[in-house]
Amino acid sequence: MNVRVEGLTKGFSTRAAPAVFQADFEAPSGGITTLLGPSGSGKTTILRIIAGLESADAGRVLVAGEDITSVPVRKRGFGFVFQSFALFGHMTVRENIAFGLRTQRMPRDQIDARVAELLKLVQLEGYGDRYPGQLSGGQRQRVGFARALAPRPRLLLLDEPFGALDTRVRLELREWLRLLHEATHLTTILVTHDQEEALDLSDRIVVMDAGRIQQVGSPNEIYQFPATPFVASFIGSANVLRGRVSAGHAQVASLSLDVPANTPDGTAVRAIVRPHDIRIERAGNGNCVRSRRTAAGRISRMVNLGAHVKLDLALTTGDTVTVHVARREYEGLGLVAGESVLVDLESARVFVEDYVI
Amino acid sequence: MSDLAQAQPAPSLPLAESDTLPTRRVKTRTGIRTALRGSLSVRISLIALALAFLALVVLLPLAAVFAQALEKGLGAYLRAIRQPETMAAIRLTLVTALLVVPLNTVFGVAAAWLIAKYRFPGRNLLITLIDLPFSVSPVISGLIFVLLFGSQGLCGQWLSDHDIKIVFATPGIVLATAFVTFPFVAREVLPALQAAGNAEEEAALILGASGWRLFFRVTLPKIRWALIYGIILCNARAMGEFGAVSVVSGHIRGVTNTVPLQVEILYNEYDFVGAFAVASLLTLVALATLVVKKVAERFQSARPEGGVR
Repeated sequence: MNVRVEGLTKGFSTRAAPAVFQADFEAPSGGITTLLGPSGSGKTTILRIIAGLESADAGRVLVAGEDITSVPVRKRGFGFVFQSFALFGHMTVRENIAFGLRTQRMPRDQIDARVAELLKLVQLEGYGDRYPGQLSGGQRQRVGFARALAPRPRLLLLDEPFGALDTRVRLELREWLRLLHEATHLTTILVTHDQEEALDLSDRIVVMDAGRIQQVGSPNEIYQFPATPFVASFIGSANVLRGRVSAGHAQVASLSLDVPANTPDGTAVRAIVRPHDIRIERAGNGNCVRSRRTAAGRISRMVNLGAHVKLDLALTTGDTVTVHVARREYEGLGLVAGESVLVDLESARVFVEDYVI
Repeated sequence: MSDLAQAQPAPSLPLAESDTLPTRRVKTRTGIRTALRGSLSVRISLIALALAFLALVVLLPLAAVFAQALEKGLGAYLRAIRQPETMAAIRLTLVTALLVVPLNTVFGVAAAWLIAKYRFPGRNLLITLIDLPFSVSPVISGLIFVLLFGSQGLCGQWLSDHDIKIVFATPGIVLATAFVTFPFVAREVLPALQAAGNAEEEAALILGASGWRLFFRVTLPKIRWALIYGIILCNARAMGEFGAVSVVSGHIRGVTNTVPLQVEILYNEYDFVGAFAVASLLTLVALATLVVKKVAERFQSARPEGGVR
């Protein structure tokens, strides 16, 4: 059930910038597509428009090629899971799950069978007669999933489904969702601000910021080849170094990095490099060839993070960069705080306004 | 693809019960109470003052009503109530309440729903208008209808041409009562609706619920105790309203006198047993209202979901 969003624009106030501007993306059938971005980036608005809870100012939503823009919410047949659970507080778990089946006028015995099936699926057998108020957060959200899945929706929409849960419960439920999806391949659109969640679950990620789509791609593409500085710094951690173009190269810290041909001198650039992509050498070791991509600096701080060690470096130019060194490499180097080192920033990506190399 | 039935046993879940059940929150007010308690003598004198005031202003008059009514015995009490004029007044009051309360329940819920769920031009005006009957003196509320429908009023000529009687007749009494009691249901339901939010309604819509199903199965259960509270308050006022009804009634004995007006008439005629006997009926309505209100409040706070949403 592939979903296509075309030119979606929505503003809540004529004065403010639109919440969503010209959003285009496709959620492939049978996959999990994640709308990822900080709060206020418009991702929930897009999801609510797909669900029919909001109407778009412009653009349309196609589900399996059919334009559903004018189909009323209750006729769309989607499943929706809310961050706030939104369970019917005065109904038992069983009645909650049965709600979507009753509206379809399913015969009673079939409803009972389906509800029992769903209770088993979310491992809440024996909780059918409880009220939502008598359940923990994780259990409530499992009821939320069961209620959404009961009428066999053709599309599952998840609005920060784990956002209101404790870290451990969140991880358990995420793993459960992953297994559920592997078993059902129900086309799913997930909204989250948690990049780890997005990287873990998604087949495709749509990164959003300030109402605009920044990049659409697989988790790998998004992580390794961020299209904009925003994506680079939002997904994973990144060092951002600012500089300007001079003599056909980006002058950032003491580095001289390539920029696209014809970039005028004086253009502002940003070099972005991930902490674990930086290679570090002891100064004076002699093995490290000083090049235009190497910078010298001093270790100002070391933090042991278990699998790796985090080093804060003060470069000679005054910039600071964070480097993650694998434990074994760190032990082999025998680094100490205050020591002078050379870092290789070969993997830095340079962004020139809208260009990227 | 969404056929979960076939795929059912597949995910064997790593769901350990690491999230815990919500423990009933126990309010520990003791600390604050201790800090604010002050000395024993202050406490005792404050409690005594409050009780004395309550006794003087509430309990004593309440007792006096029943004492006066039963002064000449139960027989005289019942005879006073069974007087034809009094019985007519009781009937009129019941008819009025029976018409006004359902009317205001429907209008009140509709208005509260409109205000809580939608943004539209004139919304603030509507909020203000709902409060109008509370802010206007009941006498003026009655006068409005005399000015509109009285023989000298705006529609007076037209009404008398068509032989329709509103003022000094039952329709006028019903209208005036409806006007005065309009805010009760709307005012009680509105905050309940606003506090409940829209998420459950949205969930119901997505699950395919129609408008009626959504209202009766999802919204109404959430606001039912607030609604019941509003209805009993509306009813109490509808039965007890004096000012507005007095203006439009015309005091035609056995025809346009409601219970409160009957009390006044009997009292003015020095029929104290009669006046207080009829008054005791209104008092019983008031006491019953308080009991229902108390029960409604208890149910509201003891709902199974316990306000954890």
